[in-house]
Amino acid sequence: MSKRVQRFAMEFIALIASIVIFWIPLYFVIITAMKSPREASLMDLALPQVNLLWENIKEVFVYRDYMLVRAFYNSTVLTLASIALLVIVSAMAAFVMQRRTDRFTPWLSLLVLMGLIIPPAIVPTIWVLDGLQLFKTLPGLILVEVALGFPFCAMLYRGFVASIPKEIDEAAIMDGYSGFKLFFKIIMPLLQPVTATVIVVQAVTIFNDFTNPLYFLPGVKNVTVQLTLYNFTSQFVSQYNLLFSNILLITIPPLILFIFFNKRIVAGMTAGAVKG
Amino acid sequence: MFRRIYSYKFLLPAAIVYIVIFIVPTLMSFFFSLTRWNLSTYEFIGLKNFQMFFSEPSLLIGFKNTAIYAVVTSGLKVVLGLLLGVFLTLGLRLTGYLRSVVFFPTLVSTIAVGITFTVMMHPTEGIINMGLQMLGIDGPDWLGDRKLALLSVAFVDVWKGVGFATVIYIAGILSIPQEYYEALQIDGGNSWNKFWSIIVPLSRPATNSVIILSFIGGLRSFDLIWAMTKGGPGFATDVIASIIYKQYQGGFYGLATAGNVILFIFVTLLVYPLSRYLTKNEVDL
Repeated sequence: MSKRVQRFAMEFIALIASIVIFWIPLYFVIITAMKSPREASLMDLALPQVNLLWENIKEVFVYRDYMLVRAFYNSTVLTLASIALLVIVSAMAAFVMQRRTDRFTPWLSLLVLMGLIIPPAIVPTIWVLDGLQLFKTLPGLILVEVALGFPFCAMLYRGFVASIPKEIDEAAIMDGYSGFKLFFKIIMPLLQPVTATVIVVQAVTIFNDFTNPLYFLPGVKNVTVQLTLYNFTSQFVSQYNLLFSNILLITIPPLILFIFFNKRIVAGMTAGAVKG
Repeated sequence: MFRRIYSYKFLLPAAIVYIVIFIVPTLMSFFFSLTRWNLSTYEFIGLKNFQMFFSEPSLLIGFKNTAIYAVVTSGLKVVLGLLLGVFLTLGLRLTGYLRSVVFFPTLVSTIAVGITFTVMMHPTEGIINMGLQMLGIDGPDWLGDRKLALLSVAFVDVWKGVGFATVIYIAGILSIPQEYYEALQIDGGNSWNKFWSIIVPLSRPATNSVIILSFIGGLRSFDLIWAMTKGGPGFATDVIASIIYKQYQGGFYGLATAGNVILFIFVTLLVYPLSRYLTKNEVDL
């Protein structure tokens, strides 16, 4: 009996702690987004007198000539294009890196591993992008996201390619398949579970990325959602209701991914972590 | 024949992007760190940028803060992640709910988290100090106090990142074979023994992953600090990454690049021996 009481006490304490530590901040964001500027400036947990959530969200969207709409558009293009490139480029590279063993392969692995550890050199990257006339452009930023996301994705793919028996390759080769046909017709479909993992993990990472857009995509025309939020902190100093409406809006896409792909995200992140 | 099938052509697209956008800038950073430049023209000035970094107090503080930040965040993530991992593998009710709640902040935008906590940490009207006041505690000025600000940001970093450490620990703990627990039961061990003699040593691979990943993350961290304090008050929360950004903004490209080279060396110098040391002491299951 006392064991059951003990268990119940532990569960109860955990529940209270989770509410205080995790739900109160979320509640704070939501109710502040519903308030008038005056109420929001009190920074408290009181309920709003009138729910102005809808008005606040509209105001945030309209602000500065629909800047946030442009930001959502840019972030969506950035996320989708980077993921599409990452999937194809990393899967192809991982396939050959796992299957081939010669003098170069250890060096290749080392080079990829370095990408996981070394912080990117900022200004020289700008210099390279500038030379290619890609600085301050969305395609330039997409290439940066691909280059920086590649090591993690390649590692995930390589781990999975190792579990595909080589006999499958051999059978296909016997049937006269070329390397590319083998990869695109047989291997790539088999990699589908990792592809799903790569897509959701990178979607969250790239959508939430702040540092790279800050450096490589400056300018009002080029904002991403994280940049607008950051810029709003100086523009909405006395309008926390609008600032937190924006926070709420930005949190929705990851929340949707989390609700539908919770297991995949966790699996992908832990797999990447343990192998690295 | 396999050489033809597994052609290096497969590597080509990845290699082009990776080399042009990542490897070339990394190599060039060693050269440009020795110059004063403005993207189009440069002047070779030797080690002056590095001398500046090691003599200017506002730059020097970056090393100390980066090290403190990395050690505090990774240390707390290991301890809390392990405890939460154990708690969430006890088979209690609410486990699924708690796991989701602890993990979700990992997926929220760092800037959003930073702004929210900055407002909640307001010294007189923020809800954190209001809550403490109800308990009769006079809350400190979390982000305004020079001694405390860096730790406050580190605390938010842990709040956001501990879910990641927790899921790694859960995976590690669940992979411990059941026989160990049975053997302990026969020997009459209690749950204290179970924690110290089985779970802690046998989840070493998880511990190593958490330490390495959060340590690297801590050394490189920029966005949370920038969203919360911008390196202030004064230079109290400036880390190497935020100093790089400030120098870049000021147009000191050579100096910013020297900062990058220093961060590169700092990270490699600390992470390589650390990971060697950790994996050497791993126990085989």
